[in-house]
Amino acid sequence: MMKTWQKRNRGEAIRSWIGWMIFIIALSAAWAPIARETQWEFLPTAPREGIDLLSRMFPPKWSIFPTLLKPLMDTIHIATLGTGLAVVLAFPLCWLAAGNTTPHKSLRYLALFIIASSRSISSFIWAFVFVMIVGPGMLAGILAIAVRSVGFMAKLSYEAIEEIAPEPVEALEAMGASRAQVRAFSILPQVVPAMLGICVFRWDINVRESAVIGYVGGGGLGLLLNSAINALYWREACLILLLVFALVLISEAVSAKLRARIAEW
Amino acid sequence: MPILKITGLEKKYATGDLALRGVDLSIDAGEIVAIIGPSGAGKSSLIRCVNRLVEPTAGSIEIDGIDVVSLSGSQLREQRSRIGMIFQSFALVDRLSVMENVLCGALSRTGFWASWFRKFAEGDVDRALTLLEKVGLSDHVNKRADALSGGQRQRVGIARALLQKPLLLLADEPTASLDPKTSKEVMTILRELVTEEGLTTIVNLHDVPLAKACATRIVGLSAGKVVFDGPPSELTEAVWETIYGEPEMAG
Repeated sequence: MMKTWQKRNRGEAIRSWIGWMIFIIALSAAWAPIARETQWEFLPTAPREGIDLLSRMFPPKWSIFPTLLKPLMDTIHIATLGTGLAVVLAFPLCWLAAGNTTPHKSLRYLALFIIASSRSISSFIWAFVFVMIVGPGMLAGILAIAVRSVGFMAKLSYEAIEEIAPEPVEALEAMGASRAQVRAFSILPQVVPAMLGICVFRWDINVRESAVIGYVGGGGLGLLLNSAINALYWREACLILLLVFALVLISEAVSAKLRARIAEW
Repeated sequence: MPILKITGLEKKYATGDLALRGVDLSIDAGEIVAIIGPSGAGKSSLIRCVNRLVEPTAGSIEIDGIDVVSLSGSQLREQRSRIGMIFQSFALVDRLSVMENVLCGALSRTGFWASWFRKFAEGDVDRALTLLEKVGLSDHVNKRADALSGGQRQRVGIARALLQKPLLLLADEPTASLDPKTSKEVMTILRELVTEEGLTTIVNLHDVPLAKACATRIVGLSAGKVVFDGPPSELTEAVWETIYGEPEMAG
């Protein structure tokens, strides 16, 4: 008899096929209301409107460049200070959240809850909230960036803590070191590179986010972008967008370089 | 009075595996005991019960007259600080230097902030440097542990355990990750140092000739029970068969 091999047996093949059918049906069901509520009459004029907008944006208004330098620095400051504040908050949190270092299960769930709440709301919304609490300006931006970043950093950090090699931990426990010493000498050295990498990575994301966070009153370039668009100063808006683009490119390059260095360290 | 007295020790894992079925063992000061036996005989479980890395299911373990089975918290840490351990996988902290790894052996008698700022007692620093010289690593003091070879790493492990000034030294397959030549070197250094310090030592080995060469006493373990206990000279072919269930291979 000829031997045959199949990745899936008959039952699995049928289940996989049914899964795909459900996916396609759900997709078409979702499309129907979207299609119904779209105002299709805008579509024919869309290319013309797009070209028109572009023509009003170019050339960018280079003369305002010097006035953009301070907001540019503000944006970088918001990202950096926000990241710094998040580090201070995330560091204790990740030790509570990691299953192998938490002092108690209830504290672990509390930490996981804080992490989930921080992550589930975008920094844009957090900025809205903080503008209402502390008023518009850089402080609101910094707080929004920090609160959003805490969950991100704590989550990735506690996962790093949970993935450490257990042998050195066991060795230090076996020689009677205190709990704090076991962490400082066998867990921390293992996770420091990961934690530094996470900080740099988040800083790079935060530069991007702080560039638009000003849109809702968080200070920085976004604030200017908002007023330029509201006043229909398209050539100014264009220059601001170009600047944001350049800033993002540079911060990504810096972040990639730093993280590569940390990885080989 | 024996340094270590084990009575009726049993270990049943959550998986239902019965690793130790009533082990009785009494070890006097200065003895170097090699525990041999096939994989799964319970060698590792036995040694790990002594410092409670594995929790015994039944029986008692007395070290210097203190029953360690009932200890917890700071009393357990205190007792563990008097037991050194050497691991098969070395269990060093890769990103710390050789010196820092050795000084880990002094953590239990150093306060947290003193250890954080690496302010170890002068006596401990002195002894760490002396031990590193004795194991032949004087030139590698400030290298990172992950820059060393396997044999060198295990020598760091030996220095770390000895810095504890332990009452009892446990070694769990200390040479199983090393090649035969390096294994012999490491065991020779270990034997010299423990003899010099008169340190009571229990070492798990699957390499029987190496065990015979290094130990003053051999304990054969099979299916969680002691089936042989005597000097290396009494380890005959018949005894070999009771431990391993088959005759020694020729050659």
